[in-house]
Amino acid sequence: MSDFQLQPKRSDAIEKAGEASVPVTGQEEASFLKQLKGFWVTFSTMFKKPLTIEYPEVKPETAPRFHGRHQLNRYADGLEKCIGCELCAWACPADAIYVEGENNSEDHQISPGERHAKVYQINYLRCIFCGLCIEACPTRALTMTNEYEIADDKREKLIWEKEDLLAPLRQGMLMPPHPMYPGSDHHTYYRGEIKESHPSQEVNS
Amino acid sequence: MSTNAELLLDDPIWIVALKGLLIFVFCVLMTLMAIWSERRIVARMQLRVGPNRVGPFGLLQGLADGVKLALKEDLIPKAADRVVFILAPIISASTCFLAFAVIPMTGTVKLFGNETILQLTDLPVGVLYILAAASVGVYGIVLAGWSSGSTYPLLGGLRSSAQVISYEIAMGLSFVAVFIYAGSMSTGDIVESQSQWWNAVVLFPSFVIYVISMVGETNRAPFDLAEAEGELVGGFHTEYSSLKFALFFLAEYVNIIGVSALATTLFLGGPSAPPGLGFTEAWLGGWFTFIWFFIKVFLFFFLFVWLRGTLPRLRYDQFMKFGWKVLIPVNVAWILVVATLRVMTQQGAPQFLIAGFTLAVVLAVLGATSLYESSKRKAEERARFVGEMPEPSFPVPSLPGRKEIE
Repeated sequence: MSDFQLQPKRSDAIEKAGEASVPVTGQEEASFLKQLKGFWVTFSTMFKKPLTIEYPEVKPETAPRFHGRHQLNRYADGLEKCIGCELCAWACPADAIYVEGENNSEDHQISPGERHAKVYQINYLRCIFCGLCIEACPTRALTMTNEYEIADDKREKLIWEKEDLLAPLRQGMLMPPHPMYPGSDHHTYYRGEIKESHPSQEVNS
Repeated sequence: MSTNAELLLDDPIWIVALKGLLIFVFCVLMTLMAIWSERRIVARMQLRVGPNRVGPFGLLQGLADGVKLALKEDLIPKAADRVVFILAPIISASTCFLAFAVIPMTGTVKLFGNETILQLTDLPVGVLYILAAASVGVYGIVLAGWSSGSTYPLLGGLRSSAQVISYEIAMGLSFVAVFIYAGSMSTGDIVESQSQWWNAVVLFPSFVIYVISMVGETNRAPFDLAEAEGELVGGFHTEYSSLKFALFFLAEYVNIIGVSALATTLFLGGPSAPPGLGFTEAWLGGWFTFIWFFIKVFLFFFLFVWLRGTLPRLRYDQFMKFGWKVLIPVNVAWILVVATLRVMTQQGAPQFLIAGFTLAVVLAVLGATSLYESSKRKAEERARFVGEMPEPSFPVPSLPGRKEIE
């Protein structure tokens, strides 16, 4: 009962309120044995299994959606998904991302559509792994992996370049620059209709 | 029967020097062991693993810490009194070894053909000598706190010296019962006197008080008020770094081993085997007694660690109150009882008189306890009654027993 009235009630009302309240001692009887209980707690804990994870030897699996280092993804034919729009850089609250875009041309097609990223840097000295860049990315080019061992011994090494962040080429992928899949445009790419690189592209490049 | 003192008298000088070296090595090795085992044990009590990187099971952690401290920059603050600042850790670290000179670590053994005991010397006032050495060690703490030229070290130094001095009284009084019982102050004779029953059993109250006061004496948790991080930063050694800090560190641990060894000597029969295992004393040509000594010292050390892992730190005034108003009076009363019983048995008093006296003491203790309990309860009731209070004209938080306005 903490809602006091500024104007006190009549004294007989106060009397009644006083009778109703139970005196709070705030002290529990602490017997000697109860005091010794703490010693048993620490003693028995000694024989329990420690919770420590022996990190460098045992590497625990992260949660599936753990925010680890970034990755720049590719389409199934090897073209980069990143279109150099800089939305990730704008979304970044720590100002950790630097992007420089460039036009694609007929003989220098890095990503489907008009633009690709010429420079893409993430500064892991600044990154707070909040994932806002992932939310901002319109093409799902930027995602995060579960990899958490990013620490290094030089500041320079912690600015990751585009080639460090790019996903590796998998089966059926071809290293850009190479032309887009014949008869496709960037919408086809975006809808995921391109499943692998066209045989002719290999010849052309 | 030859006493320890007589046995030690015909030691050649090189044996004495060798034993001095052995004691020093024992203390330093024990310190390294103690640092490692303390951290491991406390870690297990907190569901952690503790240091396990340096060497097998992290055993070399103490050594690694020592090397690290030695390689650190040695700072002397501008406001510090240079000479005293340097002298203080040296006083602390050198006096803590002194106590070991009179502690018998083995029974009679053969050392290079000489029949001797692993004990440097057996003074007729051995235990007093240990108290004296411990008191000189306090100078290290006071001077360190004073010479740092800084507030927190000064406060910490004063706190720890006040603490050590007050608990030294309780400690010294708990020795008195042992002296009365053994009829000697020499450590060798005291061990000898426990061949039937350990003093920990016979003089149980003294033992308990000694164990409590030895924790206070060494500035260890839960009595580590001098190093209360939240209040005083690091206490008297706040301004110390590098090897000078290492010396304080060493002194603290050697002191812990020292008071544990003293407790072993005075209350647990020193290096003699536990009752029923007397035959082990002849094993390894008598050297097996050293293992018993080591086990007993380690048990006390474990107690230190256990206390640290279990209890929170006491408030300074509570701590002083406990020392002066509980430990010392109880100890004095207990000494009176022991002395009376001792005189009665020596003068050949009839059995019924001794039994009657014991009964009277037990009844007096019970009566005093119940009186104390009832007066405490009355005081609590009085505290609960707040009495008439003026009616508040503004909102105030409720008090226990306060007539609240709805």
